[in-house]
Amino acid sequence: MKVLAIASIGGHWIQLLRLKPAFNNVNLEFVSTNECCAAMVPEHTFYAVPDSNRSNKIDVLKSFWNISKLLVKTRPDAIITTGAAPGLMGIIAGKMLGIKTIWIDSIANIDELSMSGKIAMKFADRVYTQWPHLANTKVLYSGSVL
Amino acid sequence: MIFVTIGTQEPFDRLIKTVDEFAPELNGMPIVAQVFNSTYKARNMKTFDFLTPKEFEDYFQQASLIISHAGMGTIISALTIAKPIVIVPRQVKYHEHRNDHQMATAKRFEALGYVNVVYEEQHLKAKVLEMLQTNGQAKHTIGNVASNNLIDSIRAFISS
Repeated sequence: MKVLAIASIGGHWIQLLRLKPAFNNVNLEFVSTNECCAAMVPEHTFYAVPDSNRSNKIDVLKSFWNISKLLVKTRPDAIITTGAAPGLMGIIAGKMLGIKTIWIDSIANIDELSMSGKIAMKFADRVYTQWPHLANTKVLYSGSVL
Repeated sequence: MIFVTIGTQEPFDRLIKTVDEFAPELNGMPIVAQVFNSTYKARNMKTFDFLTPKEFEDYFQQASLIISHAGMGTIISALTIAKPIVIVPRQVKYHEHRNDHQMATAKRFEALGYVNVVYEEQHLKAKVLEMLQTNGQAKHTIGNVASNNLIDSIRAFISS
């Protein structure tokens, strides 16, 4: 079983690393938006993809293409992401390739699910919020990264 | 040493300028700041546009106090190693972010009693001096990994 864990550098990445114990018995590989993140997961295979912002459509298309190529190359059984845009591209591309996908909305989204999270709801097999008051029939709450 | 960080997304001149201006009034306490493309040029502290995670961690460990935007990466890092932290949320009204989620983060984590918060920059100097003088400790600490519930739920779903 191989799992690809995707997060942009910064808070998304810090949150993703805190989920590592969920993958003790699987082949876990990481994707982030800066090469320097590799040093934080020395025991895992690491891939860097260019950062992208949801507001720049060309960047988003490039990001979707890059992530799709990576998924075809690495063939994971499941994808998990804590955001942001490159993670969302992973969810969408993963869904199209028949890979199990999990979106964890950042704990920074307290008042409502992030915009990327709302888009992820249309594609992901499972969406988690980290705040109980944001949970509903489609969005699961089961604790947080804290 | 005080470590100031504003994340890796966009500048935060209001915070950098404020700290730089009161820096000489901290009895020689050195300040290191990660300033990411801020247009304001700091004179009274050592600044870096970008730090690798390793460099970031080293300054973070050495610091006796963290001053930060309300970014989750920094807040989680401070809570994990029990570092005193004061956060200044980015605000839409000052064009510092696309939305006010940092305000929501600041209010929620302040209400939980996890961090110190200063909303308006004119109150930051007094807060920093108070924390330095009382040798303030971290208000809350957390473990190194996510809650068991979340980890168990993800593990079960992956293997289902």
